[in-house]
Amino acid sequence: MNLSGSRVIAADRQTVWAALNDPEVLKACIPGCQEMNGSVEEGYEAVVTQKVGPVKATFKGAVEFSDVVENEGYVISGEGKGGAAGFAKGGAKVNLSDAEGGTELAYDVEAKVGGKLAQLGSRIIDGFAKKMADQFFENFQAQVEGPPEPAEAAAEAGDTQAADAEPAKKKGWIRRLID
Amino acid sequence: MPKDSGIGASSKRREDVRFLTGKGRYTADINLRGQVYVAFARSTVAHGRINSIDTSAAAEMPGVLAVFTGEDFVEMGSNPAGWYITSRNGETMKEPKRPVLAHGKVRHVGDAYAAVVAETVAQAKDAVEAIEADIEELDAVLDMASAVADNSNRVHDEIDDNICFDWGWIEDNRAAVDAAFESAPHVTTLELINNRLSPNPMEPRASLADYNTGTEDYTLYTTSQNPHLHRLLISAFVMGIPEHKLTVIAPDVGGGFGSKIYHYGEEAVVLAAARKLGRPVKWVCDRSEAFVSDAHGRDHVTKIELATDKEGNFLAMRTETLANLGAYLSNFSTATPTFLHGTLMAGPYKTPLVYVNVKGVFTNTVPVDAYRGAGRPEATYQIERVIDKCARELGIDQIEIRRKNFISPDAFPYTTPVGLVYDTGNYGATLDKMIELGDTAGFESRRAESSAKGKLRGIGYSTWIEACGIAPSHLVGQLGARVGLYDAATVRVNATGNISVLTGAHSHGQGHETVFAQVVSDMLGIPEASIEIVHGDTSKIPFGMGSYGSRSLAVCGTAIVKATDKIIAKCKKIAAHQMEASESDIVFENGNFTVAGTDKSKSFGDIALSAYVPHNYPLDELEPGLEESAFYDPANFTYPAGAYACEVEVDPGTGKVDVVAFTAADDFGNVINPMIVEGQVHGGVVQGIGQALFEVVVHNDEGQNLTGSYMDYAMPRSNDVPLLVVDHSCQTPCTHNPLGVKGCGEAGAIGTPPAVVNAVIDALQAGGYDIAHIDMPLTPSKVWAAMAGAQQAAE
Repeated sequence: MNLSGSRVIAADRQTVWAALNDPEVLKACIPGCQEMNGSVEEGYEAVVTQKVGPVKATFKGAVEFSDVVENEGYVISGEGKGGAAGFAKGGAKVNLSDAEGGTELAYDVEAKVGGKLAQLGSRIIDGFAKKMADQFFENFQAQVEGPPEPAEAAAEAGDTQAADAEPAKKKGWIRRLID
Repeated sequence: MPKDSGIGASSKRREDVRFLTGKGRYTADINLRGQVYVAFARSTVAHGRINSIDTSAAAEMPGVLAVFTGEDFVEMGSNPAGWYITSRNGETMKEPKRPVLAHGKVRHVGDAYAAVVAETVAQAKDAVEAIEADIEELDAVLDMASAVADNSNRVHDEIDDNICFDWGWIEDNRAAVDAAFESAPHVTTLELINNRLSPNPMEPRASLADYNTGTEDYTLYTTSQNPHLHRLLISAFVMGIPEHKLTVIAPDVGGGFGSKIYHYGEEAVVLAAARKLGRPVKWVCDRSEAFVSDAHGRDHVTKIELATDKEGNFLAMRTETLANLGAYLSNFSTATPTFLHGTLMAGPYKTPLVYVNVKGVFTNTVPVDAYRGAGRPEATYQIERVIDKCARELGIDQIEIRRKNFISPDAFPYTTPVGLVYDTGNYGATLDKMIELGDTAGFESRRAESSAKGKLRGIGYSTWIEACGIAPSHLVGQLGARVGLYDAATVRVNATGNISVLTGAHSHGQGHETVFAQVVSDMLGIPEASIEIVHGDTSKIPFGMGSYGSRSLAVCGTAIVKATDKIIAKCKKIAAHQMEASESDIVFENGNFTVAGTDKSKSFGDIALSAYVPHNYPLDELEPGLEESAFYDPANFTYPAGAYACEVEVDPGTGKVDVVAFTAADDFGNVINPMIVEGQVHGGVVQGIGQALFEVVVHNDEGQNLTGSYMDYAMPRSNDVPLLVVDHSCQTPCTHNPLGVKGCGEAGAIGTPPAVVNAVIDALQAGGYDIAHIDMPLTPSKVWAAMAGAQQAAE
């Protein structure tokens, strides 16, 4: 399965690069991540719980980094073993470049699954992987860019009452559509 | 007027009452006091070296009683192949060890390498998750052509070319066949794939082992089509449990289609665990486990050539087939692509020269073995597809090319060039019946109607033959079988006159309990309801070989007839004594023994009672009691045959194929229960439609099974099947069994796939698409792509 995409993050390259190398940031961004220890030099150990279609599993895996070029990008590769559920393995090439309004983060993912994940989830695995990638970069963007833009933040801050929470949510949803 | 009981009557299936009211008793329904559960750790990679398996964490999990790995079974024997194949060069086939649990390497996704026994299923499954296996993934051997060509990657390290056997049939005929091709006026060539199928019986496999610590006896309740064969394999080959200390019971079994013939490692694990723990141990296969552990079917890649003259008379046929055996040799995996396939390559035709070459290839996939039809569907598909293509090339009518090459009805017994002797048949008769019932004459007007709806309509034919009633032991012994293929029955007349018939055949959906009772009822003149059919328990039944290969009625049914004949003969002696007449004057009719020409008569019940209360009884020459057994070894195979017509509509916009009409005219010899025969044909035809249009096991390039659930493995559904027109009125009774029966269980699955594919090709060609072949299953995307490709080529 191959997946590629890019998005512009409103931050300079050094900031984005630093975030890409911060295990706490990565842990916060990887959906279902329970634990994330290590460093770019040593590689990371991660524990991730996810549900793919009918298969729910906790993946324990190691992630290694290669072709690390500061402020430019790296190649991340690893394998997560989910016990009886099977495994997921693959890699992502991450590239940073200057772009209008910040830094463009481009990614090229190759992923493979095995065991029950392949057996039961093959029909849904592509959609699932895309969702995971989207969620990751959305989270990452939020982490790097900080809290939402002032107008939205103000609206949310002002809506302290439960009844008023709905319009804020709707606004976010509409904004995503427009984006 | 149709009969309402006995032979020829459509007696209702008595077993269906319990099956349809939820009262069947399947292995999973049996619970023994103190039973515990096993779960298996299965490989998630297709090929890998086991560096280490750490079970310490699993062993500490709640409720865990024992953990097993392949290491615990290294002393045990190998689960054997039941048929020994000799290669063309005279070498014997390669038979790698098939361990109870994988040892050293895992060889397919789903290959079990460890087992956990725990108090509950959930605890066992949780503990499986805690097993730490260091399995180094190796490149998977998947594509057969490259597996054979490249010896760097091996399923079994000791087998360098991944080839089990390279079989020629019949090798001595090869030169003559090749010579015929050189001088032939016309040669039709076709390369095709017979798609890999997953068997999908409604009830998954299950086993429950009980070890009696007092008597040291084992009992295995399991989903088996042949409990004595299971016992023999476990006792004599794998575990060494003495046969007399092991009882195998196959209670109600919910379908098998071949997949429950074989002994699997899980059965040995539950037995070993029960022995170790002194508690009953149960395993019920999950459906997702079944997809990666039940033996698959088919999976042949074939090149077939047919040499003819310009008029379409068949001169010679030759084939080259790569047959996927999977990672290990399942029990009949070596027989299925060879003797159950090569010997059928004459079909119902008088082709004088036939040569078949089959290479059995190991791959990192689930073992492949017999599946409904077993070898004969593969043979029939090739033959009927190449004939279809040949007729199109020569511009000959599809029906006429078949008819002109049929073995004529007066040519029987007919010796084929591939080693069989057909005892009887009339292929023209079933073809005529098909033409009549299928209204082939009216096809063009139906085609016009479809065309008006924007659909492409096609008609396809298949005239098939198979060898059933497996099998004459002396013959199969010469061909490499390691077992005999007789069957056995005991007819036990109870003191009160009702009867228990103990059969070696095993019913897992076929309706034996009804049909066998009809036979005995007819012979003894007592009601069917007074006859019980007992099967599936080795502690009760005589040593028979079980049910597969459409053999039950032809082989076990004959044993029942012979045992019943012995009962009648003994009763005549008793009756003669009691009525003071000569034995030769006793006539048995309608359940009464009568002295010929007199009104002296005794009922069957009176005679039966006197055998158990032998007060007035010829004790000096006859033993009391009334129980007789017979073992029957058939003189020949039986040869059912038939003619099928399939009509399809293809939607040119989407490529979707709908089967809109289907006619099956079969010759099964005599028919005992027409309703059950029709039901068997219905099931087989639907499975055949499934293979032709929907079903296929797909692996990715790493050997992962991508079709391991019903989301992706498409089974035929009721709305995929039109009204099936089924006929069995053309009957040439088998000449060598007393019932004159041939067998009908696999017919539909054999004859149907080529009829469907031929119909689709006909529809496409008539619609102007120059498409010679599409491999099964003919899914909308494949058909659409072929149409788009043909359109592009034409532009």
